[in-house]
Amino acid sequence: MTQTPPPNRWRRYSEWDDRPLRLDKFAREDAANGFAAFSSPNDPKPGLEISQGRIVSMDGVLAHDFDMIDAFIADHHLDLDIAREAMDMDPDVIARMLVDMHVPRADLVRLARGMTPARLADVVSRLNTLEITFAYARMRPRKTPGNQAHVTNAKDDPLQLAADAAVAVGLGFDELETTMRVSRNSWSNALACVVGSCVGRWGTLFQCSSEEAEELRIGMAGFTSYAETVSVYGTEKSFTDGDDTPWSKAFLVAAYASRGIKARCTSGGGAELLMGFHEAKSLLYLEARCLCLQRGMGVQGTQNGGIDGAPLTATLAGGMREMMAENLLAVWLDLECASGNDARATESEIRVGAKIMPFLMAGSDFICSGFGSILSYDNSFNASLFNGEELEDYLVLQRDFEVDGGLTPLPETDALSLRARAVDAISAVLEELDLAQPTAAMKASVVVASGSRETDSFTTGATTRISEAIEKRGLTVIDVIRALAKRGFQPEAQNLLHLVKLRVSGDYLQTSAIVRDGHVISAINDPNVYAGPGTGYRLDEDRRDQINGIRDMIGQPEVLSAQAIHKKAESRRITYLEAGPAAKGQSATEVVIGISPAFGQQLFQTTAGHNLSDVLRRLIDGVERGGAKARVVRMHHTADTSFLGLSAAQMAGSGIGIGIQAKGTAVIHAATRLPHNNLELFSNAPITTLDHYEAMGCNAAAYTRGEEVEPILVPTQGEALGARYHAQVALIHAIETGLVEPGRTPDDVTLQFLGTGDQQ
Amino acid sequence: MKKPGIADYPMAETQGKAVCGPRGVALDQITLDAVMDGSIGIDDLRITRAALHAQADIARDAGRAALAQNFERGAELIDVPQDVIMQTYEMLRPGRVQSKQALLDQADMLRRDYGAEQIADFLARAAEIYHRRGLFPKD
Repeated sequence: MTQTPPPNRWRRYSEWDDRPLRLDKFAREDAANGFAAFSSPNDPKPGLEISQGRIVSMDGVLAHDFDMIDAFIADHHLDLDIAREAMDMDPDVIARMLVDMHVPRADLVRLARGMTPARLADVVSRLNTLEITFAYARMRPRKTPGNQAHVTNAKDDPLQLAADAAVAVGLGFDELETTMRVSRNSWSNALACVVGSCVGRWGTLFQCSSEEAEELRIGMAGFTSYAETVSVYGTEKSFTDGDDTPWSKAFLVAAYASRGIKARCTSGGGAELLMGFHEAKSLLYLEARCLCLQRGMGVQGTQNGGIDGAPLTATLAGGMREMMAENLLAVWLDLECASGNDARATESEIRVGAKIMPFLMAGSDFICSGFGSILSYDNSFNASLFNGEELEDYLVLQRDFEVDGGLTPLPETDALSLRARAVDAISAVLEELDLAQPTAAMKASVVVASGSRETDSFTTGATTRISEAIEKRGLTVIDVIRALAKRGFQPEAQNLLHLVKLRVSGDYLQTSAIVRDGHVISAINDPNVYAGPGTGYRLDEDRRDQINGIRDMIGQPEVLSAQAIHKKAESRRITYLEAGPAAKGQSATEVVIGISPAFGQQLFQTTAGHNLSDVLRRLIDGVERGGAKARVVRMHHTADTSFLGLSAAQMAGSGIGIGIQAKGTAVIHAATRLPHNNLELFSNAPITTLDHYEAMGCNAAAYTRGEEVEPILVPTQGEALGARYHAQVALIHAIETGLVEPGRTPDDVTLQFLGTGDQQ
Repeated sequence: MKKPGIADYPMAETQGKAVCGPRGVALDQITLDAVMDGSIGIDDLRITRAALHAQADIARDAGRAALAQNFERGAELIDVPQDVIMQTYEMLRPGRVQSKQALLDQADMLRRDYGAEQIADFLARAAEIYHRRGLFPKD
């Protein structure tokens, strides 16, 4: 005989197992194997020895033992005029300076030039998460925050790329980045995105992430305006394994400058660990090396904060804090910072929200170095922290905390017209340049599609033929401008020309440059100067209004017009005849139902969507089924549920009453009880059903006989009912209280039920 | 002419008549009409040595010497053709050239043919470090 063993697990764990969080994995700290965020026993002690104007040793390594990274940092990062002073300072003092609003940013930037990677890492590791956030807000180079979008799709479809680029621009992204499923499609992707990015306004910078040489050639043809794929690493072996050196990357950075193309480097905690060459050093120390290198190379900025390593870094204790510390190091070193928040580091929406929050508070040159403006399955870089699916959550976070995440809500009709215009524009260019002939059906499918699974457009292979033709025929942005203008897309042609003209002056090559309202702004002419409350970046009224303008807000007009729709139908179902002042009842079987001032007068449906006529009918049915008699009385002196109920009970011959507000909140009360100590309260009106109301009537009847009554429970599923209904409830309640007349006594009401109200 | 500084930034707005492309066409003259009548081509939309030097001066004025030096290295590469740029980049990647001398020869060529002094010094330093770190198979 088999016996089923008794369960020996608290079932809560099984439920926790099923949450998305448990798909995330968490790594044990293990410095020897590179799993250490802030410090490892293998990290060097900070130190710098200088003799006769030359570096003898840095962070415990003698000059003749320097690897390529050490050598480059010693040559190009360390400023020996400052080094002695900076390295002799107490690191605790420097850490406090980072969060001291009285210490100018420039003083800290100057000190950073004299500090070794180990010392820089040591100082920021002394700050807690709040301090890192605050220091980041103070140290980031450009005052106005911005954001960057990924624009890609799973088919490399140019029509959809153009439409999605136009939407991203409409949402306010300052930069767009694309990449391909099939590398040969780079030219087509570049063409499509740059055309889409010029619909509506100009100034959104664009890049096409591809192989180095090709990326430079696409840039030379004028399709792109920036590059951020110049990856650097914190160990020599990772660098050479990535097929580069500090010198090859620095040369590439100079080459981009020579072509008038904005460039930033990429690095991020976890990269060396992923590549297997971590030297058992902490993530932060290795990233400090990357960043000193970048400053030395003279690149204007960086994309860091985990980046491709973010999902790995997030598995570590303190991993999220480490990524923030990396970003702080970048801006302390005076680099533009596209602060990660791109690769989706977790399956938990709570961790996603928590990850973004410090950056929304602090602001950043680019809060995300790739916000997925498209659906996650269309993201050819892999899903981002935020994707098209969650875009509105982000917009609401901006509004909640009155912070500028760089985005602006886009009205639905605007989005649709931007998409249609972008699809028409790219189609005209493809036709005019004899690259392809998009059909009306293809265009129509793309305009309304949320993602590429819904489109009937170019296949990946068809796109490859377009891409190869662009490259082979040596088409440039000039050909595109001419094609747009010839086909009647003058504003887009003009916008694209404005964009390409940026490279002639090179203004946008300066640190943290973006284009806003047709003007280049950067750390030069929009410097971040924070000296306490009232300084630094603030939302002005216009910007606040923009951020506030999310869709589908409700106010009193919406509530009243919704109720007005129900008013007419209700008038065909019920009439309320006011029958004069109500007296106290004498019958011991009488239950009084006290209705609120606006009940059936200005309000006609409960928050659950029940007609008030149905609610009243079921309440009365219940009372009668329970063997009592119902009398309906309108209260004028109060709209409060407790007092509606208590007053009703006091008027009832039985001493039992029901109070009900128009929104559906109800109470069973007894004349002998204190106001807030009722018999039964039905506070969750949105989930209270008509059956509940009938049962309520029945219970009230039972109370008249003094029976033991089983209270009615309205089960909740744990919904955030307040979030769903409270704005509406408060507006409705204001209508009720507006009709309250404190001194007026209750009136009897004679009801006439007329019919269903559905006809005519 | 006085060196530009942060007060002259952005150059496109303060010096729109003076900032020119490689063929001498000023920024203000680059219009859609000119593009349409064929008088403006992609060559008028490239940055010049002078523009990069101006940006270097502005960067230095803002306290960013390393960024200025990068712009100056970039200025030296303005006239270096794309294939030579890519060839030089390729040579700087690990293990691409067999000896220190090959990289030094490339540095000499850039110095001689394009006047790229800083770039040449930069390559020479790379050659020295690569040699020390064993990146040249034949040395």
